[in-house]
Amino acid sequence: MNFVLSPEHEAFRASVREFAEAEIAPHATEWDRKHHFPVDVVRKMGALGLFGLAAPEEFGGAGEDGDFTSLCVAIEEIGRVDQSMGITLEAAVGLGINPILTYGTDEQKQTWLPDLVAGSALAGFGLTEPGAGSDAGATATKAELVDGQWRINGSKQFITNSGSDITSLVTVTARTGQREDGRAEVSTLIIPSGTAGFVVEPAYDKLGWHASDTHPLTFTDVLVPESNLLGARGRGFAQFLAILDDGRVAIAALAVGCIQACLDLSVQYAGERTTFKVPIGAKQGVAFQIADLQVMAEAARVLTYKAAALKDAGRPMAEFKQAAAIAKLYATEAAVTATRIATQVFGGYGFMEEYPVARFYRDAKVLEIGEGTSEVQRMLIARGLGLPVE
Amino acid sequence: MKIVVCVKYVPDATADRKFNADNTVDRVGVQGMLSELDEYAVEEALKIRDGDESGDAQVVVLTMGPADARAAILKSLQMGADSGVHIVDDAIHGSDSVGSSLLLAKAVERQGADIVLCGMASTDGSMSVIPAMLAERLGVPQVTFASEVTVDGNTVRVRRDGDAATEVIEASTPLVLSVTDQSNEPRYPSFKGIMAAKKKPVEEITLADLGVAAGDVGLEAAWTKVEAYAERPPRSAGAIVTDEDGTGANQLVEFLAAQKFV
Repeated sequence: MNFVLSPEHEAFRASVREFAEAEIAPHATEWDRKHHFPVDVVRKMGALGLFGLAAPEEFGGAGEDGDFTSLCVAIEEIGRVDQSMGITLEAAVGLGINPILTYGTDEQKQTWLPDLVAGSALAGFGLTEPGAGSDAGATATKAELVDGQWRINGSKQFITNSGSDITSLVTVTARTGQREDGRAEVSTLIIPSGTAGFVVEPAYDKLGWHASDTHPLTFTDVLVPESNLLGARGRGFAQFLAILDDGRVAIAALAVGCIQACLDLSVQYAGERTTFKVPIGAKQGVAFQIADLQVMAEAARVLTYKAAALKDAGRPMAEFKQAAAIAKLYATEAAVTATRIATQVFGGYGFMEEYPVARFYRDAKVLEIGEGTSEVQRMLIARGLGLPVE
Repeated sequence: MKIVVCVKYVPDATADRKFNADNTVDRVGVQGMLSELDEYAVEEALKIRDGDESGDAQVVVLTMGPADARAAILKSLQMGADSGVHIVDDAIHGSDSVGSSLLLAKAVERQGADIVLCGMASTDGSMSVIPAMLAERLGVPQVTFASEVTVDGNTVRVRRDGDAATEVIEASTPLVLSVTDQSNEPRYPSFKGIMAAKKKPVEEITLADLGVAAGDVGLEAAWTKVEAYAERPPRSAGAIVTDEDGTGANQLVEFLAAQKFV
């Protein structure tokens, strides 16, 4: 049993932390306030190789050297200074690159992956609709094959990295027919940015993740070549479910970064801020809450990296799926609790936007929602236990 | 083309610094790192190598110091340097710039180098004399404090930004070049670079390998010696100027003038 990262993963953590502290941390508050998506920083993250940690060398990735654990390290460290850029990385890899890497034809991979891996382009994954989230069978977006082209009509919502200046494509799930059992046949299609009829609606006014690029998308008689089908026809839903398991662990890593930020900020503040002539860290009421933060950070980290290690070791899918759901559930709920504790440690200042804990407080909530809510995780865990849960 | 980059392993400036009983810096018991100013030298070397059209250019990183100093080489290899040389010998302890430059010069001669690259200073000693001493010992031109470097064949052209003027200087290889923190933006090691560094060769050499006698380096041979040191005094409360009658600005200027800041 091994509970420590390799020296190379630790060196990489130090490198990403140095990058995050220098290139992201000084600007995070301003980007959040202005709802600014920093494309130049995405490119720098690309130069550091963050988008290619799990991609083959032929597309510019780390190849054999890379692994899922290193991606989790990167997401945690970026998320520790800015959750918006953390989710940008998570979504770019998990939802942008992974579907094409996993299901794409050689031609689709050659066309799209080099720029995505380099961080000079981003891709979004359009699954969620106004009437369909995890219930992918309720997908209303339709695609019909007409004269060798797919004609797509419908809309998607909450799509990350879908409308930035460097977004090159979105992959979307759509009904492409009816199965023999009467249920909808759902497939996945690649829609390049700029295709006529593909409209990126104005960005959302979100509670948090202000610097992340998230839009509703509408498709009106959008035409793409028949060859833009991603993976097998009718496998859109199954493909999406497989992608989501990785995404859950990656979101857990983002939550670990959030908890660690709460811990680091609280330890520093409790040592500096004095009341009644002593640092507030001398008060058990404060110190004990901060001790709890470290327990949460460590517990969440162990669950997250265990799940990542299972994937890297190629362990059975059922084992990994269960670990992924457990990590996502615990780490994200702990992150919400941690931001509540950290803002409490900061007192009135914790309610002020000039202190990062206020930003983390707003950013944390969505962790319990995105890529499968806490309720969905509990359902999956219960099913994994063999319970006949609905 | 061969570029040798001299790098230094220095105590982490954010950690508490300690001294040994002989008044030398404790380089063993404290957290150390590649001197930040040397990262610019490594980056410049990588840029020169990658811009070299022959394709056979290589970057060798050279350091001296206790076993832990290998970390400075490792970080440079992770950034992209090709190999490392580590001068490690108990007799080195306490060497000043004169002794250090002797060892580095001997090691450079042993390697052979078209360009010897250094940072503008170390972040611990901050003397900035090693590049000049190295050039003297090697008998080659010195081009120091470069803020911009252009290499064209065996001609190196640099820009030096001074307080009063900017100079452009040209020299031919072999030479010693030092670069400032304005010269480039050092890259962060990628995971690929970190994994690749594991397989890169690092040679450990001793005084005997360099043909240097133990009595020529180290604390006893040093031309300079630290006689005493004192802890930094605790931060005082400072002076607060309250502007009650409009003379506050004057008081501030008087304070700054008294401290010789203006």
